[in-house]
Formats: sequence, C-alpha cells, structure tokens
Amino acid sequence: MCHSLVLQHFYSTIKDISISAKCGSSQKKINMTFFKKYLYGDYGDKEVPTGGSLQNKPVNEWPLWEIFIRSKQGLDHKHVGSLHAADAQMAVENARDVYTRRQEGVSIWVVESKYIHASNPDDAESFYEPANDKVYRHPTFYDLPDELTHM
Amino acid sequence: MSTTQLFSYTLHLADNALILAQRNAEWTGHGPVLEQDIAITNISLDLLGQARNFYQHAASLYNNFNEEEKDAVDKFIPRLWKEYNRELQEDDLAFLRDEHQCLNLLITELPKGDWAHSILRQFFFSSFQFYLYQQLQNSTDAQLAAIAEKSIKEVNYHLRWSSEWVVRLGDGTEESNQRIKNELADLWMFTGEMFIPAPYELVDVVSLKTDWIKKIETVFAEATLEVPKQSWMQNGGKEGKHTEHMGYLLAEMQYLQRTYPNVTW
Repeated sequence: MCHSLVLQHFYSTIKDISISAKCGSSQKKINMTFFKKYLYGDYGDKEVPTGGSLQNKPVNEWPLWEIFIRSKQGLDHKHVGSLHAADAQMAVENARDVYTRRQEGVSIWVVESKYIHASNPDDAESFYEPANDKVYRHPTFYDLPDELTHM
Repeated sequence: MSTTQLFSYTLHLADNALILAQRNAEWTGHGPVLEQDIAITNISLDLLGQARNFYQHAASLYNNFNEEEKDAVDKFIPRLWKEYNRELQEDDLAFLRDEHQCLNLLITELPKGDWAHSILRQFFFSSFQFYLYQQLQNSTDAQLAAIAEKSIKEVNYHLRWSSEWVVRLGDGTEESNQRIKNELADLWMFTGEMFIPAPYELVDVVSLKTDWIKKIETVFAEATLEVPKQSWMQNGGKEGKHTEHMGYLLAEMQYLQRTYPNVTW
C-alpha cells in the first residue's frame, strides 16, 4: 500500500505530469507520466535532448521544414530530408546548401513539417491489405475481344 | 599589360581567395546552427576552388617564362621550391610563400571573430569580388576571363547569402544589432584598401567603388545600419605588408608542407 504521493515535477506550460509514488514498506517507486496524445505524423524534433515531443521543444528553435528535390532526370520531387530555418526563403537556401552539394537537384520544394500529415502505421493492416487479393482491380484481369484495336 | 603584371595580379586574386577560405574554414564544426555551418564551409570551399584555378594559372605562366621574366617575379617565388628542382606547381605558391610575398587584402586575413564579424566581412568582400569579376570577364587574358566567368556564379550566391544575413542581424534582436554595429566599427577601415590600385592591377578598381557603395547602402538601409563616415583606411596588403594576424595564419596553414618538404599523400 502506498502511503505518500509526491508530486515530483509539475510544468504549468506543458501537460506533462510525472508522479512518483513511494511505497513505504517495499520502497517501490512508481513513475507515471501523462503525455498529450499525438496523432502519428505530427512531427517533433526527435534529435532534441528534451525527448522530441512538441511541448518540450526549446522556445528559440526555428521551425522544421521537409525538403523535396527534383533531380535533373526526374519528374517528381523526392523527399531528401529536413532542416531548420526561420522562414521559407531561408529554408530554400539552406536546402540548396545542405542537399544539393553533389549536384542532385534542379528544383527545390520546402514544406513546413507541421503541414505534413501521415497515415498511422497501426492502421496499415486495414488500410492496405484488403487491396492485395482484389485482382479484378487491375486492367490486365480482363480479356478483351480481338475486335477491339485501340484499348 | 606585361607578363610580370599578369603574374602578380593572378597571385593577388589567388591569395585573396585562399586566405579568406582558410578563415572561413575555421568555422567547421563551430557554426551557430548546422545549416549555417555547412553554408559557410561551402563558401570556404568555393573560394578554395577559385584559389586553385588562379594558382594553377600563375604556375603555368611562370613555367613558360624566359629567364628575364623569371628574374622580374623572383621576389614572389618561394625559396624552398628552388631546392626541389622541378616545375612550379599550385601548391608551392600556396604553401611555401612567406608573409611578405603574399598579396591578399588585409580584410581577408582578420580572425573569424563571432558570427557577425564573419558575415559582415563576407558581405564586404563578396560584393567587391562580384563587381571585380564582372569586370574581369572582359580581361584580355583568356584564362582570367574564364575563371571569372565560372566564379561569378558562386560569388553571386555568396553575396546573396551574406547580404541576407546582414539584414537578419541588423534588423534582428537588440543583441544582434549591437554586435553587428560593433563589428562594423572595427571592419570599416579595411574596406578602403580594395579600391586603392596596386601597380599590377589589371582592373580599374577605382571605378568599382560607386557600384560597391550603392550595394552596401541598399543592404544597410534594410538592415537599419549606417554607413560609417570614417575616411582613414588600412593599407598594405597588396604590397605584402600584413597585419599581426597573418603570421599565425600562415604558420598554421603551411606547417605541414614546410616540415615535410615535398610531401605527398
């Protein structure tokens, strides 16, 4: 039975509450931390020592941008990575400095990371697997009569 | 233009690029933010590439000189190389010349200082280089014109990058404005040297001044900075008379090649 509940850290600005409970007899320490719920794809800066949650970000950090570069032979802009910048123009120039050093690109797109939304990998089963066994969705499934010449 | 002039002028252009590349390279791993660390070291590498092109040109010029011409430029030729008994190469010119043989502008050899210092120095130098290379593209020497044509694209970006940072610092927070104002007070006296012609200059640098000042004024207006009124300017780099910082820079840069003569990878 736990006799005392000690509130170790309480931050009013973030919704992180860490509760350390000490049980008198067995000296067991229970750490319960409550996080704000994030949807998958809400990008945080995972390299930061504060752990990467959006609430723990240092106040002076520049926003994170995702970089897409189209190479000379390509038609589409491919995602090459991310970087920090204060605004869009700076992001384009930083992308030029960081990601086009070896002649990878002719065109750069930058998007702030917070505007990118991704699907949740937990949903992958229900999202993608049903399509695997529906062969009638492919055009090659159907036999065309010989008289059709322009399909 | 005489061949001696051409040789000296090429060395001057090469030294400018090399010494500033060396200073900017000191930012490796110490930049304020990762992306800016990469940006300024990229600039350093661009300048190093320009330096290489100029040194190669100077070396090939020298190797084709006759005895009379070689005597005329002998004061710029490194003593150590003469013992190697082989053709002059770009590395000999870069790494074996003494302080009084280097012809770079004084502004390039100043220590890297803080970020504001490097930014402001890069801005002053790149705007000068931009107008200089524009003129150099019309040079009668084909190789110099070709190098200028290739390099001006790089310098265009250096100028853009540094002028945007001057605006960011000048028009930023209280602290950044104060820092760049301090650096401006220290750096301004080194900018006059760019427009004082040396005997070997093949471009009319005096004519570049109006364009240069206009560029400075435009950017400073946006950065809420004032162009200083000070008129006394430091001088001497183009004749080989350098500041107290040059000796240390060369000692660090040339240490390997001097300790192990004729060393190769």
